[in-house]
Amino acid sequence: MEYIISILLSGISVGGQYALIAIGYTMVYGILRLINFAHGDVFMVAGLMGIYLSASMPLYVAIPMVIVLTAILAFFIERAAYKPLRSAPRMSVMISAIGVSYLLQNMATYITGAQPMTYPTIPGLSDTVQIAGTPTKWAVLLTPVLVAVLVVALTVLINKTKVGMAMRAVSKDFETAQLMGIKINTVISVTFVIGSVLAAVGSILYFTNYSAVTPTIGALPGLKAFVAAVFGGIGSIPGAVIGAFIIGICETVIKGLPSAWDVSVFSDAFTFALLVIVLVFKPTGLFGEKATDKV
Amino acid sequence: MKKIISLSLALIMALGLVACGGGDVSGEQAGEKVVKIGVFEPASGDSASGGKKETLGMQYANQETPTVEIGGETYKVELIPADNGSSTDKAPTAAADLVAKDVAIVLGSYGSGVSMAGGPIFDEAGLAALGVTCTNPNVTAGNDYYYRICFLDPFQGTVLANFGKDKFDASVAYCLGEIGNEYDQGLITFFEQAFTAAGGTVIKDSFPTNNSDFTSYLNKAKSEGAGVIFTPVSIAYATQIITQASSLGIEIPFLGSDTLDDNMVLEAAKGTDIQLYVSTFYQEGGNPEFDAGIKNYINSDSVAKDANGGNDTISAVTAMGYDAYYVALEAMKAAGSVEPEAIKAALGGVIYTGVSGDIAFDEVGDAIRDTAYIKTANTADGTWALETVQKAN
Amino acid sequence: MIQKKSKKGAFIALGCILVFLAVIVLLENLGLFMDNVPKVLKPTSQLFVVLKKTAVYALAAVSMNLLTGFTGLFSLGQAGFMLLGAYTYAILTVPMANKDQVYYAFNGSAVKFSLPDLFGGVDTVAGLVLGVLLAIILAGIVAAIFAWFIGLPVLRLKSDYLAIATLGFAEIMRAIFQWQKLGPVTNGANMINKIPTFANFNIENAAGKVVLRLSTFVPFLLAIICIAIIVLLINSSYGRAFKAIREDEIAAEAMGINLAKHKRMSFCISSFFAGISGAMFAMFVNNAQAKPFTTNLTYEILLIVVIGGIGSITGSCIATFLYVACSEWWLRFLDTQTVIGDFQVPLLRPGFRMVVFSIVIMVVVLFFRRGIMGNKELPDLFKGKRKEAAK
Repeated sequence: MEYIISILLSGISVGGQYALIAIGYTMVYGILRLINFAHGDVFMVAGLMGIYLSASMPLYVAIPMVIVLTAILAFFIERAAYKPLRSAPRMSVMISAIGVSYLLQNMATYITGAQPMTYPTIPGLSDTVQIAGTPTKWAVLLTPVLVAVLVVALTVLINKTKVGMAMRAVSKDFETAQLMGIKINTVISVTFVIGSVLAAVGSILYFTNYSAVTPTIGALPGLKAFVAAVFGGIGSIPGAVIGAFIIGICETVIKGLPSAWDVSVFSDAFTFALLVIVLVFKPTGLFGEKATDKV
Repeated sequence: MKKIISLSLALIMALGLVACGGGDVSGEQAGEKVVKIGVFEPASGDSASGGKKETLGMQYANQETPTVEIGGETYKVELIPADNGSSTDKAPTAAADLVAKDVAIVLGSYGSGVSMAGGPIFDEAGLAALGVTCTNPNVTAGNDYYYRICFLDPFQGTVLANFGKDKFDASVAYCLGEIGNEYDQGLITFFEQAFTAAGGTVIKDSFPTNNSDFTSYLNKAKSEGAGVIFTPVSIAYATQIITQASSLGIEIPFLGSDTLDDNMVLEAAKGTDIQLYVSTFYQEGGNPEFDAGIKNYINSDSVAKDANGGNDTISAVTAMGYDAYYVALEAMKAAGSVEPEAIKAALGGVIYTGVSGDIAFDEVGDAIRDTAYIKTANTADGTWALETVQKAN
Repeated sequence: MIQKKSKKGAFIALGCILVFLAVIVLLENLGLFMDNVPKVLKPTSQLFVVLKKTAVYALAAVSMNLLTGFTGLFSLGQAGFMLLGAYTYAILTVPMANKDQVYYAFNGSAVKFSLPDLFGGVDTVAGLVLGVLLAIILAGIVAAIFAWFIGLPVLRLKSDYLAIATLGFAEIMRAIFQWQKLGPVTNGANMINKIPTFANFNIENAAGKVVLRLSTFVPFLLAIICIAIIVLLINSSYGRAFKAIREDEIAAEAMGINLAKHKRMSFCISSFFAGISGAMFAMFVNNAQAKPFTTNLTYEILLIVVIGGIGSITGSCIATFLYVACSEWWLRFLDTQTVIGDFQVPLLRPGFRMVVFSIVIMVVVLFFRRGIMGNKELPDLFKGKRKEAAK
């Protein structure tokens, strides 16, 4: 019993962190139809910033700084690498995203000297708490709550505010939205900033739990978060969150299966298998809208 | 458009020529005789941390003994680094880079996979390579030109299995390694053989590359009643496992291989209740003179300190790198020449007593070693303490 | 634009290829004729390693270009198919004598034969050439068969969904090949080494001294034959169907092109050659292991295709050489700290090479969006403005 609870707790914590990254993916995809491969690396850079900033200033300054700087970074990436390609084929933008991801990873390798860095402990978040006899960190418990709050906040933002309306308009039809006087560049920037802020928050929670930061650490959570976004129906925020939790829990359950079966190797492969199954049988995901191709 | 492209192409070409030209002239001016030693180590990728620490030992040795007497003449020794990127697809070009720069002998690498990928290039070029801490049996087998000064996985796995069995009287061992990593899986195989031969049971698990969440595995180890947890994983994973184990309150002792003998792992264990035992090549305090020298070297140079992970705890791989440098010099002296073939011929016969113990080679090119140090992490003050000296059998 | 297939053009192309191959052999063996070979051309030079890698990656890039550039299918599964090829080749060619050594963790291999040994062993000409050739072809076939099965569900997807699904398959494939339970066949996490490599093709005399070097010639020959087949395919009616699909799927379908059939065909053929390049990759790195076949390898190849120009075969080949030479050879000096006079050059330390390199790539992606060649081929450049006017 204790074992099952501990597995579920790990699953929820992993899923929650994927959810925070997946929201950024799904929002960007909803608007630009771009798989932002660099999103996972922005998450990694946020982790590195957390390490370097907290080394030189107190935590209550460092944490907001991390969030602000990550947002600025995402803003610049969008302006430098994606905006010039607005009229180019979708593949070019995706390749540009791959290039940015490559650049961020290599920069991180250069700056850290390829040494794994250790994330600082954050008082409160890093403390241990007992749940039904299973020790776990506060960060684990906080994650799902935070995710829920954020989903509500974002849903309100998208459905009730002007920016949200603009976002919906841009994601429905790029050109018409432009004709209606919506500044699409601003809307896109806002989307990127929101996504990256969530990635920064995600990175704080993630690295409090799993403290080693390496230059490639963002790639895998990034891909899995994307799978989560597809699973939930890309463009849908609640969908992405539910997808993330399902993937996180499935993954930890597979890892936790008896060793004699020797299937824990396939915990990542399972995620991708799930992706292929969803894409083939329900390409719009759990909550996605049906898209039709215009001829 | 076309013009710009052709211009930029020309620029790249010119840059390339400069690079080639630049490599040729260095160090040979002023009539000074120079012998080059290639440092085939990862400076990026997964094993960068270990590779840098190993290189550190060579650099310190080079600073301590910058010249060598060969055949009555004094040669200046120059270290030529080549980053093999911890990856088998980058290793052949890195190896070829060293060959092209006319090095006399190659030291390295940390990590067996890259050594196996680069090995045939050295073999083809007739250049001897001296492995420092590549412990996989297949590095030297079938490659005439590869030697090494460290012990092998079968030995290390057996030592740790026996230690775990004797010390903790464990009947169940939980082994955790990265999938697709020949180092982890190789050690686990040998550990399992020895542990089951001694009457124990082994539970094995593998985690995917770039995995961060180890709590499921650790909880599993706990619920399956493991007496010891064997984790021969690379440094970044080891720190994750240790910190997560401490937050889960795992009291099962951890056994680690030589990769865990690292100050980052030690840092992670500091202030926790984790019991961590690692097998290694060298224990700090084994040679006070070397300890003092290298600590001074690390503390006086910020680059070196960064490479060592920000403090001056001596990793065993640093001591091994240091010894490898001197073994290479011994081989040159014995050969009485700086010709790679002559050095290769002499290397097999070198007998040298280094800070990590006596070094001599058998007919395959492996070091004849029968001693491993087992240290334990003193979690109160973040240092290593010698637990025992373990022999084979 | 209808390709005028004149025999003259084909002969010129063939002639160029033969001359090129002859130059490669000559370069490799300059030592036979000259005593004072320039350093760059010595057999130990970086040049030849870079050339070998170029041959391997060029084939991978061209096979990807066939899919991405000519059929408009954006697949990121290249590394997975290369992995299949590399393993197929390695499993089939480990000499019997080395099997126990290589598979030491699994008490020998479950594959009780070795192709070169069937023909007389790696040391004989027949054993080497036939064994290796057969293994390479089988490597391609295995990759193509897998591609056929994967294509069934996946090819129905569009653009980025296809990309991410194929990427997923590549990752699944890697996990399967790393599974310890399959160890007797795949050697689990351990690498399969001691396989015949390019160096085995050097002709040695009785004393074991190399008389004629062919270790760079062989990968080039293989790559050129494969690329030539791809070019012929692209210029055939199938190739025109592929291009039609790239331009507009719906219009192509309306023109009577069977979408599913042609997409599957393109996917399988591309995978076939990816498999062959995987086998060559194994020969190049002297081993087969699942570790290097990550998504990063796919990204590298994709970047090569983009730099060369999507839809240009010669572009891919030139870009491969530039890419490999820059990242592995010319820019290497950026990794070492350099002191000129008393001036310590700033920024230079390990890792800087890759930073500079990725910046160069970003510049190409952003400002030279059409790559080096656009969608033109090398011969087009010599034909002057005539073609351009026709566009």
